[in-house]
Amino acid sequence: MFPYLVKRILFMIPLLLGITIICFFVMRLAPGSPTDLQTQMNPKASAEMRQRLMSLYELDKPIHVQYVSWLTKLIRGDLGTSFSSDHRPVADKILERLPITITINLLSLVLIIAVAVPIGVLSAVHQDSLFDKVMSVIVFIGFAVPTFWLALLMMIFFGIHLGWLPISGLRSLNYEYLSTWGQWTDLAKHLILPVFISAFGGLAGLSRYMRANMLEVIRQDYILTARAKGLSERQVIYKHALRNALLPAITILGLSIPGLIGGSVIFETIFAIPGMGQLFYMSVMARDYPTVMGILLIGAVLTLAGNLIADVSYAAADPRIRIS
Amino acid sequence: MGFREMFYKNKLALAGLAIVVLLFVISLAAPLISPCDPGAIDLQNVLEPPSVEHWFGTDQLGRDVLSRMIWGARISLKVGFVATGLAILIGMVLGAVAGYYGGWVDAVIMRFVDVMLCFPAFFLILAVIAFLEPSIWNIMIVIGLTGWMGVTRLVRADFISLRERDFVWAARAIGANDARIIFLHILPNALASILVAATLGIAGAILTESALSFLGIGVQPPTPSWGNILTAGKDNIDIAWWLSLYPGLAILITVVGYNLLGEGIRDASDPRLKR
Repeated sequence: MFPYLVKRILFMIPLLLGITIICFFVMRLAPGSPTDLQTQMNPKASAEMRQRLMSLYELDKPIHVQYVSWLTKLIRGDLGTSFSSDHRPVADKILERLPITITINLLSLVLIIAVAVPIGVLSAVHQDSLFDKVMSVIVFIGFAVPTFWLALLMMIFFGIHLGWLPISGLRSLNYEYLSTWGQWTDLAKHLILPVFISAFGGLAGLSRYMRANMLEVIRQDYILTARAKGLSERQVIYKHALRNALLPAITILGLSIPGLIGGSVIFETIFAIPGMGQLFYMSVMARDYPTVMGILLIGAVLTLAGNLIADVSYAAADPRIRIS
Repeated sequence: MGFREMFYKNKLALAGLAIVVLLFVISLAAPLISPCDPGAIDLQNVLEPPSVEHWFGTDQLGRDVLSRMIWGARISLKVGFVATGLAILIGMVLGAVAGYYGGWVDAVIMRFVDVMLCFPAFFLILAVIAFLEPSIWNIMIVIGLTGWMGVTRLVRADFISLRERDFVWAARAIGANDARIIFLHILPNALASILVAATLGIAGAILTESALSFLGIGVQPPTPSWGNILTAGKDNIDIAWWLSLYPGLAILITVVGYNLLGEGIRDASDPRLKR
């Protein structure tokens, strides 16, 4: 296990370098020099500010020197200072919002597994049954539904028409006055719609994958053996087949991470949740370039970390992976 | 059974084709069939619910939603085709080169693909749009530039399995150069999977465009797009459900259409791939 882990982590280093190069390149897309943009947009920009920006980007130096010094700062955890009026370090702004986004994404992952795995398994076990057919249709539509539209419809139905769920923010106005239990239920109510919407895209993908995978496993010889030695159908399906079908699904979950993180922009903006996605959207609208770059970088690093965790847990669960 | 028989026997694929053709017709005939001018503001009839006059109601400026949706179909078709065309072009060339030459060329290209795939696509698109101006051309290019990785992997895999085949060696024997072998001999054999990727890619590009326009970073008003009608739907969420319902349905049906068509082409072109 240990050599595999080392190999995987070493493999990440060129990817991390690649990520920083692309981020750096995207940053160069800004028309003119960043100082021009900043000073043109801000009538209060002083010579001092221009100077500060110049030194921030080191625009007077050749591009590879700029990259290296930017990278050095990055390694020290310095993502620069936000262009917004608070002028706070970008790293601080992101860090205070990151836990919310990660929590919602983790909750979505749990929901995806809890719902998609049973759907996929039952569809495969009862192939071509009514359940299987209905689920196939739902999954197919699930692939095509714009999640932000689904969010709007659910806000209209559950939030406005029925009045059951709050449609924005994480807390009610009277949050401070609620009991501890009341605060938890309040938070949970605020999270239901965002978590469902964020999980929705992954649900269709994983259940379809689980179905295909389960169908393949059921046809294997060892399942035939399990049946031949007289095990109950329950034991065959839920012990022998499910375990083997579940393993590769870990990889699919790893692959769904960028979608989840990317989707956080949409649901956090719609539901007014103060997470990293909303900060990203606001920074894009305000052209707060350092913050945009910082979040782009963090998003890619999170994806990489998620994939690493998925690969390592797959290898931990299935020794065949470590050897090959 | 040949490709055509397989395809024509697949009712779902035909339904997908019908949806796609219908959307083409609507887009081409937009000036003829749209009941009103999509930009005609009528402040007397703001946020009117669906009626005989305005089938899908009116928006916050009294514009006819149905007409705006018909013109919006043009936008999504344009974005879908241009963005996917760009992605396919990049993916095809990089995948072909990587798969045909192998070695360090392959390694460099595939590592680049790995790096690009680390970025949540929507983040990358938003970041680039933040630096450029949000306009229909920019979003088409950006969606294309961030969507070629899957095609590259696909084409590369096809090339690796095809490059040692007899017909390729025959082409080499008669002195064909690499470009000729890649584009005239091997590529046509990979077209089916490229076509499938393109069809599914259009669906994805339309979804992305609508999400960007919904967030106000895509197609800019007053140009109508399904996504920016939905923005008005969100702004008037407690009073005007029709602004939220119909454009979303249009996106859903369009994407279902392209997905059905794409899967139909895949199943018909290679029965082994059938789910």
